[in-house]
Amino acid sequence: MANIKRSPWLLHYDGSSCNGCDIEVLACLTPVYDAERFGVMNTGDPMQADILLITGGINTQNQEVVKQLYDQMPRPKVVCAVGVCACTGGVFKDCYNILGGADTVIPVDIYVPGCAARPQAIIDGIVQAVELFQKRSEEHDALVKNKGKEAS
Amino acid sequence: MMIIPFLILFPFVVAALMFAIRPNKIRNGVAYVSAAVIIGAVIYLAVSWLLAGAQVQTYFVDTHIADKVILAAEVILMLVVTFLCFKHRKYWISLLTIIPTCMMVYLELYGPKTESFSHIYIDHLSILMCLIVGIIGGLIIVYAVGYMHGYHHHHTDIPDRRYYFFMLLFLFLGAMFGFVLSENLLWIDFFWELTSICSFLLIGYTKEQVAVTNSFRALWMNLLGGTALAVGIMYFAYTGQNYSLHELVRAGVEGNVFAVIPVALIAFAALTKAAQLPFSTWLIGAMVAPTPSSALLHSATMVKAGIYVLFRLAPAMQGNLTGYMIALIGGFTFFVTSVIAIAQSDGKKVLAFSTISNLGLMVACAGVGRPETIWAGVFLMIFHAISKSLLFQDVGATENSLHSRDVEDMHGLLYLLPKLAIFMFIGIVGMFLAPFGMLIAKWSALKAAVDSSNIILVIFICFGSATTSFYWSKWLGKIISHSHMTGEPFKDITKKNEMISLSIHAALMILLCVLFPLLSKVYVSPLLMEMFGTATDVLPAGVLYTLVAVIVLVFAVPVFSYLFSRNVKTNVKLSYMNGINVGDNKSFTDSFGDPKRLWLSNYYFHKMIGQRKLMVPVQLIATATLLVMMIMIIGGAI
Amino acid sequence: MNMFIRIIAYILLAPIVGGLLEGIDRKISARMQRRVGPPILQPFYDVIKLFKKQVISVTTGQSFLLITYLILMIVTGIMFYGGTDILMCFFVMSTAATFLYFASVVSSSPYATIGSHRELIQMMSYEPAVLLACVGFYLATGTFNVSEIAQSQISNIAYLPGFFVAFVFILTIKMRKSPFDTSTSHHMHQELVKGITTEMGAQNLAIFQITEWYENVFLMGVIGLFIVNSNPISIAVAVAVVLVTYFLEILIDNTSARVKYELMLKMSWMVTLFSAGVNLLVLMLVQRGGA
Repeated sequence: MANIKRSPWLLHYDGSSCNGCDIEVLACLTPVYDAERFGVMNTGDPMQADILLITGGINTQNQEVVKQLYDQMPRPKVVCAVGVCACTGGVFKDCYNILGGADTVIPVDIYVPGCAARPQAIIDGIVQAVELFQKRSEEHDALVKNKGKEAS
Repeated sequence: MMIIPFLILFPFVVAALMFAIRPNKIRNGVAYVSAAVIIGAVIYLAVSWLLAGAQVQTYFVDTHIADKVILAAEVILMLVVTFLCFKHRKYWISLLTIIPTCMMVYLELYGPKTESFSHIYIDHLSILMCLIVGIIGGLIIVYAVGYMHGYHHHHTDIPDRRYYFFMLLFLFLGAMFGFVLSENLLWIDFFWELTSICSFLLIGYTKEQVAVTNSFRALWMNLLGGTALAVGIMYFAYTGQNYSLHELVRAGVEGNVFAVIPVALIAFAALTKAAQLPFSTWLIGAMVAPTPSSALLHSATMVKAGIYVLFRLAPAMQGNLTGYMIALIGGFTFFVTSVIAIAQSDGKKVLAFSTISNLGLMVACAGVGRPETIWAGVFLMIFHAISKSLLFQDVGATENSLHSRDVEDMHGLLYLLPKLAIFMFIGIVGMFLAPFGMLIAKWSALKAAVDSSNIILVIFICFGSATTSFYWSKWLGKIISHSHMTGEPFKDITKKNEMISLSIHAALMILLCVLFPLLSKVYVSPLLMEMFGTATDVLPAGVLYTLVAVIVLVFAVPVFSYLFSRNVKTNVKLSYMNGINVGDNKSFTDSFGDPKRLWLSNYYFHKMIGQRKLMVPVQLIATATLLVMMIMIIGGAI
Repeated sequence: MNMFIRIIAYILLAPIVGGLLEGIDRKISARMQRRVGPPILQPFYDVIKLFKKQVISVTTGQSFLLITYLILMIVTGIMFYGGTDILMCFFVMSTAATFLYFASVVSSSPYATIGSHRELIQMMSYEPAVLLACVGFYLATGTFNVSEIAQSQISNIAYLPGFFVAFVFILTIKMRKSPFDTSTSHHMHQELVKGITTEMGAQNLAIFQITEWYENVFLMGVIGLFIVNSNPISIAVAVAVVLVTYFLEILIDNTSARVKYELMLKMSWMVTLFSAGVNLLVLMLVQRGGA
């Protein structure tokens, strides 16, 4: 069957980013970089998303939000932290309200460094996330199949 | 056929009993028994008539005593209305009852003597009306016993005059039977006025200021129609030397000039009764009355009296200016009131406007006057009577349990009051969703309107059907949405007798949807045969089979997909609120960090198409149209 | 026999044709924006992926309503390509659309509710034009029967140019194209997230997607019906006209910004009234004169 990696849909969440990385993420979808040629779509709806792109660090207010968005995404799913703030907390790390990088609340699979992360780096991160997405999907399929066997 | 005088007189006797018996329990028992007797009697009448060959039958040629009794009753009625008008200082309205009554008395005593003819006339249409009035009326009385008990329990400020309420309901049933079975125009006029006055008294039941105002509005509009009816009868009595309704129709079909004016005047009277524009406001005002009377008089039966008269006159209106006027007013009302219905959030008002709108479609069908449209109109009438009666009762019961009849408060009714919500669903779906009532009617009405080159009507139907489905779907969506209510779950305090009536209505509705091709063949086609004298095959076989297939599908597909999707394991997630749901789908974190309840609301467009904005202009347009066309008709005939 | 072949062809081919059309649509849109764009088979990849994901929903009732939507839409197409009554086809279609509304509104989610209410407004906007188109066919050919309409002597568009314009206008609403994509959006970051499809994920979204394909093929069939006549060559012309119409829709989609629902309602009703209404008037006068 066709590879499901041909259709990665993104959910872009802005934590406490300075908006630098967000603009670069959007730049990936412009005609210059055209991420849609890989089938990438920015959905904005967790129910339909496969990859969570998260920019900016986690603060006390948005930690619940990030958890909830992650939970609303159907499996298999991949999380990609974009920019140094999302990776580690960045320059805001020691702020009173910052908990740290995205991995403080949800499991992060791909880290894309940079301040701000360049579109090339983001696309590279997405491509890696897509590979992982494919792998997880196969694991998911195998799991479902085995479960079915056990049941029957 | 002694069942016929029994059917007409029995409700009057019961009405007297209702007034006389003051202990509630005994009166309720009598009401139940009488309702059962009435239902039994109409079914007996219909079955025995059908078994006897379903032929047109006429009775009671010599009726001197009955004539005198009716004359006396008419005068008493006039005196009562005049007294009430003077009591409430609406002096001019009394003219509308004094003048027609004097005309009738004059006609009866000094009018042209004609050869004797039978006074009772039974055919498919009158039996159908009897069935609608008898069965629905009987059920509504059963419902009313329970409802009025709860009503006076809640509204302690309103004096408990249940004896009076039930008296009027039974009086009305008797008047309705008399109306649809009579052949003598003088009798028809008397029963017509009687239904108007029952309606007037029921609207004013609570004696509140608004109720009194609305009741007088209903009174003068209906009496205006009654006056037109009386003038029409008088004109026909002198020019046509006759008092028979069927003679009038026959004269109209044969193209006699003297029949044009009476037909136009009686059709005008029917417009007021059926609450068409510009007379729609009385029906809206009538919604202040307790729900059983709204269900019985102002939706299921009394307003159908207007439609009944128009169906009777339809052959005489086909293709002439009167028919064009009726079709135009009907189509206009259908469209405009369905637009106004969108802006209503009070459940009873939505029902009121949709009633006017659907009546508009029936009136338009009658105005076109072709067999196809009468076929459609008859089906609309049957479907509408049952579905509206069901919906009104259901909204009433919902109001008792939910303490609100606002559509907005019915969010998630399916989870709050499941039984009532399902009945409501059946009522709404039965009325508008394919392939039921509205659909078939729209199909043949469109076809006939095109065939008769009535372009304005075609456009009204096309636009009106779009707005109709908008307000119904909106309501349906509200019912099935997951609830955002919290706190104490509402208790379904619907009484057993209310439930019985609702269940029977719902069962009838479903039965009708399934059996309508049979009904068409067995009952409605002979009806058309009687009316037009030619056998017409309204639905081509191909369309009929498609329709049956669609009916089966619309029932079967949801069941099938339910069974199919039931076994699919689904992971239930929170709904999307930007990730700030507070634990469930009912509240979210607001900008102060506190939980805030979610509240979802429908579109109403109050400012664009509200009643206040649209009602007056459309009334003016309708009045102008009606005036110009009446002048053209009368001027052309003189 | 011919009828059964057409019906089976519709059931089997409509999703393929619909998906390809959408793929081409996305490709052309990308080229209009000077992008490379996704592969033409992209819609199929998307749907296959959606089926492979974990089944999720907000309420369990949703998938049952969506499947009903799908089946009723297929029935609409079957009735149309099977050559039955065209008015009935549209009645079943509006029933199907009502089920989509139910499927969305049942979730009681704010974005889905906004989207579904706008969907209702859209239905109200396009329904008059659709019904009038049926009336137009009836006036021109004397029948509502699709197979008889398709056998007329000359293409019906000769009698019905106004109806055609109105129908193409509301097609933009029906195909959820900008400027009338008020109930759902194909693009991200708009005020209503994904509108009516917000709470549809994975399998449910895939069902929605496939239904859209069936629907588009049905609508294109109606466009073709304006052209087809008893001459077999007309079918080729009809296909060409369908493709041109589709291209026109893509062009409109890419060159216009979304409007508010009030403007949508006003515009579509005005166009319907003036374009189809005037055509209706002329046709009726001509027919009355002829008879």
